[in-house]
Amino acid sequence: MPPEPEAIAEQVFAALADPTRRAILAALASGGPATATDLADRLPITRQAIAKHLGLLAEAGLVTAEPGERRRVRYRLRSAPMRVAQQFLAALARDWDGPLDALRDHLDR
Amino acid sequence: MGFPDRIERTVELAHPPAKVWAALTTAEGLGTWFGDQATIDLRPGGSAQMTWAGGHAADMRVERVEEPTVFGFTWHINGLPEDDPRRTYVEFTLEPAGAGTRLTVIETGFAQLPDDAYRKAFEGNTQGWASELGELASYLDAA
Repeated sequence: MPPEPEAIAEQVFAALADPTRRAILAALASGGPATATDLADRLPITRQAIAKHLGLLAEAGLVTAEPGERRRVRYRLRSAPMRVAQQFLAALARDWDGPLDALRDHLDR
Repeated sequence: MGFPDRIERTVELAHPPAKVWAALTTAEGLGTWFGDQATIDLRPGGSAQMTWAGGHAADMRVERVEEPTVFGFTWHINGLPEDDPRRTYVEFTLEPAGAGTRLTVIETGFAQLPDDAYRKAFEGNTQGWASELGELASYLDAA
């Protein structure tokens, strides 16, 4: 069974609701793939906390683990689930009321 | 369902369908009430574009043209990268209502699954986790 869009979006929003996971995702988005140690150097978060959150993010499919140098696991952001979450946001952000009001005004003119 | 796939609005307009149809399907109409400027090739498969003074643009592909009752097009989902193939479908339906028009707009496709390539990536991911998490666990144990 492929995952439902709603389930994927929920994983993304749950991840983003936590400030530590948000910081980790933001760091991976801006700086590219990194190890837990790299992230601990860059963020005011302990390496243990980062490793725990990376595990949760990996389980949710939001980051992917890949072999790095010296047998260190590197984490890379996965964009596909983010795109599904963006679809949800696009539906919320779609404004038909404004254009339909404008259509009415245009016709009445 | 928490993930809205479909947006629907109905408005009553005090103008006959022919006039509403022109506002929806001509460059002059679309470029006045919707975009700041518009172009449209009004036939199934034809291209249409609206642009706004701020530099934003919306590219549409005309899908249904049944004058003066149904006009449908697809367009890009806002916020997704330009190269993403997913699009939503917008359909306007015009019904005479007294001397005016009942106009319904339905936009669908927000909850569509990604295309097959993405779908495979998701499935591959789910299956791959067992081994990758195993590696993570051994790495953490060794640290």
